[in-house]
Amino acid sequence: MLRYIGRRILIAIPTLIIVSLLVFALQKLLPGDPVLTMAGEERDPQVLAYLREKYRLDDPIPVQYFAWIGSALTGNLGISLRTDIPVLDLILSKLPVTLELAIMAMIVALAIGIPTGIISAVKKGTAVDYTANVIALSGLSIPNFWLGIMLIMLISVRWQLLPASGYVPPTEDLWLNIKTMLMPAFVLGTGLAASLMRHTRSAMLGVMRSDYIRTARAKGLLSRKVILKHALRNALVPIVTLSTLLFGELLAGAVLTEQIFTIPGFGKLIVDAVFNRDYAVVQGVVLCTAVGFIFMNLLADVLYVLVNPRLRHAA
Amino acid sequence: MKKRLLLALAAGLMMTTAASAQTLRIGLNEDPDVLDPHRARTFVGRIVFTSLCNKLVDITPDLKFTPELATEWQWGDDGKSLTFKLRPGVKFHDGEPLNAAAVKANIDRARTLPDSLRKSELTSVDNVEAVDDLTVKVNLSRADATLLSQLSDRAGMIMSPKALTSADFGQKPVCSGPYKFVERVQNDRIVLEKFADHWDAKNFNFERIVFQPIPDTTVRLANLRSGNLDLIERLAPSDVPAAKSDANLVFAPVSGIGYQGLTINTNNGERAKSPLGKDKRVRQAFELSIDRNVINEVVGAGIYPPAGQPFPEASPYNNPKFGPTTRDVAKAKQLLKEAGVDRVKFELTFGTSTTTQQIAEIIQAMAAEAGFDISLRPTEFAAMQKEAQAGNFDVNVIGWSGRVDPDGNIHAFVTCKGALNDGRYCNEQVDKLLNDARVTNDEAKRKQLYDAAQEILKQDLPIIYTYYQPWPFVHTKKVQNFKPYPDGMIRLQGVKFAS
Amino acid sequence: MTATAAIADEVALPKKRSRVLAKFLKNKSAVLGGAIVLFFVLAALIGPYLAPYDPIKPSFTSIRKMPSALFWFGTDELGRDVFSRMLWGARASIMAGVVSVFIAIVLGVPFGLVAGYFGGLIDAAISRATDAMLAIPFLIFAIALAAFLGPSLTNAMIAIGLSAMPIFIRLTRGQVLTVKAEDYVEGARAIGLPDFWILVRYVLPNVLPPILVQGTLTIATAIIAEASLSFLGLGQQPPNPSWGSMLNTAKNFMDQAPWMSIFPGSAIFLIVLGFNLLGDGLRDALDPREQ
Repeated sequence: MLRYIGRRILIAIPTLIIVSLLVFALQKLLPGDPVLTMAGEERDPQVLAYLREKYRLDDPIPVQYFAWIGSALTGNLGISLRTDIPVLDLILSKLPVTLELAIMAMIVALAIGIPTGIISAVKKGTAVDYTANVIALSGLSIPNFWLGIMLIMLISVRWQLLPASGYVPPTEDLWLNIKTMLMPAFVLGTGLAASLMRHTRSAMLGVMRSDYIRTARAKGLLSRKVILKHALRNALVPIVTLSTLLFGELLAGAVLTEQIFTIPGFGKLIVDAVFNRDYAVVQGVVLCTAVGFIFMNLLADVLYVLVNPRLRHAA
Repeated sequence: MKKRLLLALAAGLMMTTAASAQTLRIGLNEDPDVLDPHRARTFVGRIVFTSLCNKLVDITPDLKFTPELATEWQWGDDGKSLTFKLRPGVKFHDGEPLNAAAVKANIDRARTLPDSLRKSELTSVDNVEAVDDLTVKVNLSRADATLLSQLSDRAGMIMSPKALTSADFGQKPVCSGPYKFVERVQNDRIVLEKFADHWDAKNFNFERIVFQPIPDTTVRLANLRSGNLDLIERLAPSDVPAAKSDANLVFAPVSGIGYQGLTINTNNGERAKSPLGKDKRVRQAFELSIDRNVINEVVGAGIYPPAGQPFPEASPYNNPKFGPTTRDVAKAKQLLKEAGVDRVKFELTFGTSTTTQQIAEIIQAMAAEAGFDISLRPTEFAAMQKEAQAGNFDVNVIGWSGRVDPDGNIHAFVTCKGALNDGRYCNEQVDKLLNDARVTNDEAKRKQLYDAAQEILKQDLPIIYTYYQPWPFVHTKKVQNFKPYPDGMIRLQGVKFAS
Repeated sequence: MTATAAIADEVALPKKRSRVLAKFLKNKSAVLGGAIVLFFVLAALIGPYLAPYDPIKPSFTSIRKMPSALFWFGTDELGRDVFSRMLWGARASIMAGVVSVFIAIVLGVPFGLVAGYFGGLIDAAISRATDAMLAIPFLIFAIALAAFLGPSLTNAMIAIGLSAMPIFIRLTRGQVLTVKAEDYVEGARAIGLPDFWILVRYVLPNVLPPILVQGTLTIATAIIAEASLSFLGLGQQPPNPSWGSMLNTAKNFMDQAPWMSIFPGSAIFLIVLGFNLLGDGLRDALDPREQ
């Protein structure tokens, strides 16, 4: 097992190197001149030259890359070109926000996905199955931003039930924090519910087809009990693994959701940085997201092997 | 007795609620950049600085200069020096005294800091002298009529010299404004708190000011309507009806000192060598094909007043003679014929905002009727700047937030070496007129010079002005005495909540 | 794509087609999805000929009019008929989905085939690059690429296609690994058939069914991605309509002119739902495990 994990970590290293190259290349490809953006209406050539030098923008590209990656390895991701704030501080202050959003969205997704998945597995092939399927897929099919703005218009403006946007730290006002995150979490969570529903359904079907469930049913055990106790328990394994994987997707989905609800998290940080050509922030944040994503994948795989004895042998 | 006790109790209750409610929440259009007036570039940053940092002089709603840190000022006889008398007893947020040495240190920093973005604004300054503790003399290398206006903005903001030595000043600014810096959470909020030792503290009624960047204007308005914000800036025209019809809101627009216009590439590289770039008659025809009233009504919801010149109507340099042209398709076609062209093709580049996009679409449709085949190219703003500089455009839709002095609205855009002259329009006569206008302090004489320059520019049309940039503020009924200024800044003297 | 599917059937399991079709037709939600997709594709094909008004020319006398007998879906901020714009926009939106997935498949499948079939260093290189691309959030990747290429519908399609490519690399590679172990492939290798021939003749057909399923589902994602890019100003460009760009301007008028956003929003929702149901149904129908 340890050897398996070790190998997986070794494999992650070249992936990370490629990620860092990709991120670096992508932001170099962005059109525009970061110095012109930074200088605003000031076009004094001396100032522009100084800024270029300060951010090493005139160095050959490989030199820039190694300078960045070198300091990144020591934990220094540079400072924001726009606000002077160290990128690492930005990441540390935005991470909890996005994590909270992701966790709340995951709760929404689980709350919708698992019950509908069970129901449609149990009622396979009936109208109930199709309806549950259509409902779950509807969540996936609604454009996030459209749903978000419709909700803001209805719930915040018309009915004035929930705040329209923003973020209040839970330490400041827990209730307000939850109220503010409710709509974004719903918008983000509905998109994932479909994946969870599909997988719950197929996992349940798989388990229910297995011998011991058949035996349990044959023994005359009540159907509901069989489903909840035996089938679901076994089906939960792949569901948990999937949830870990979906977490990465949640981080990605947060990009647009945060933009709509003006939540100061990771997603908004990246998008704003791309549009403002705040290179240090783009590089640092995307790199961190990628590291997080790779770590979650690793965790999912390890979990999967851990709970699945047959695979443990293979590993 | 009992009654009095009750009254006292009630008063006490009211005071506590009032105190906790004394936070003014302002919704901004975007997150400001670095909070160092010498290194900052954003418009929203200037809004925050207005509460955070006092400057030497301020402006009135009718664009006159008024004392702030300086109580009086005097031009030298040759116009080559400007002497300020400073307000006595002013303190920085860190308790340091604001004196002539501090002012000198600040102006020197603005001129010499390698990444200062104020350098071009202060090119005429030769040196700064602290004559005595409260007198500062700015010596100029040439007469400069624009200097006072520069010092009424970021270049004239005075920061605590002691704090300036710290490397993270941009994250923890220390000035002498009515409010001091508390905290900033990027993309989320900037919190200021009342500075009790401010020289005019009694006129500032809020305990705290919270600036919240909310880029989507609909969401910004939604927050105002639901009571999460008290005041918002730059409402989109599409939201004007909603704001006007809401009984709890006050719509407080003001016509600004900035403009929106179409910059034409007349002289910057290969793409200037088109009928539009080469022949002013084609440009005149293009202007005649546009109906600015349609832009104002359809896109602007009536708050985009048509513009024909860079100077706003409130400015003494505005001349009705150069007002917006009226649409005349027949005349436009005639001009094209004279120029020997039938249909003219070009590309219109604009920033990817929905309002600008609508304007571009309208111009495309209107100009088509006069013989222009316009293709639309939306570009991100960050990419547009570089392309504009490199001459990679035919016509750009570009706006300018405007400056108090007329020079700031015209010189950099149409003089041969103007830093913001993307189309590289170059006319020696215009250069001479505008340079002369820079060094004269006599208003009548300056107006003559600007009129003469405009006479040429109106024919040559390197820039077609479309409308004056409005600053549509909206606030709740609770906010009282708010007065919008044409520079779009939010000044909080006397502003208070209804009791 | 139907042609390639036919090859797949002929080669792999000759009698599979009718069974798959029967299974698919039995799945009511899949049929519903197919019907929705068919409806919108037809609308995109013939819609422009049916559009009652010019979708581009502004009409300043009929701005933001409510839906009526004259304008079924109302008019937009420049007085254009929303219904006509939607008929024209259907092309852009569906094309955006289909073309970008086509790009993703055309680029992704060969990489996946090569990686899975040859293994070794090539596999390692391709797989690590795929992992790396997948580790960057899809939308960020697309935004950065779209910004690099410049805002336009074509560039949005390229950006979405490239961002979706790694999914197909990984999927193809996984499939190839399973197929490679099959007797007939090993046999073909043993008798010394050229690799290229084996890949095209024996491996590819077996890889296609899951690609078809994933492709259908990715079209759904891609349509939403185009709408999202348009929403950020990086998709279809004015004055031409796509449902996403219509939503982008409509969001400013949510309150005063809700019809401007309700119709294109619902259209995106329906077509994406259609592709999702269809893809889901195809998956079930093609899945040998689910009998």
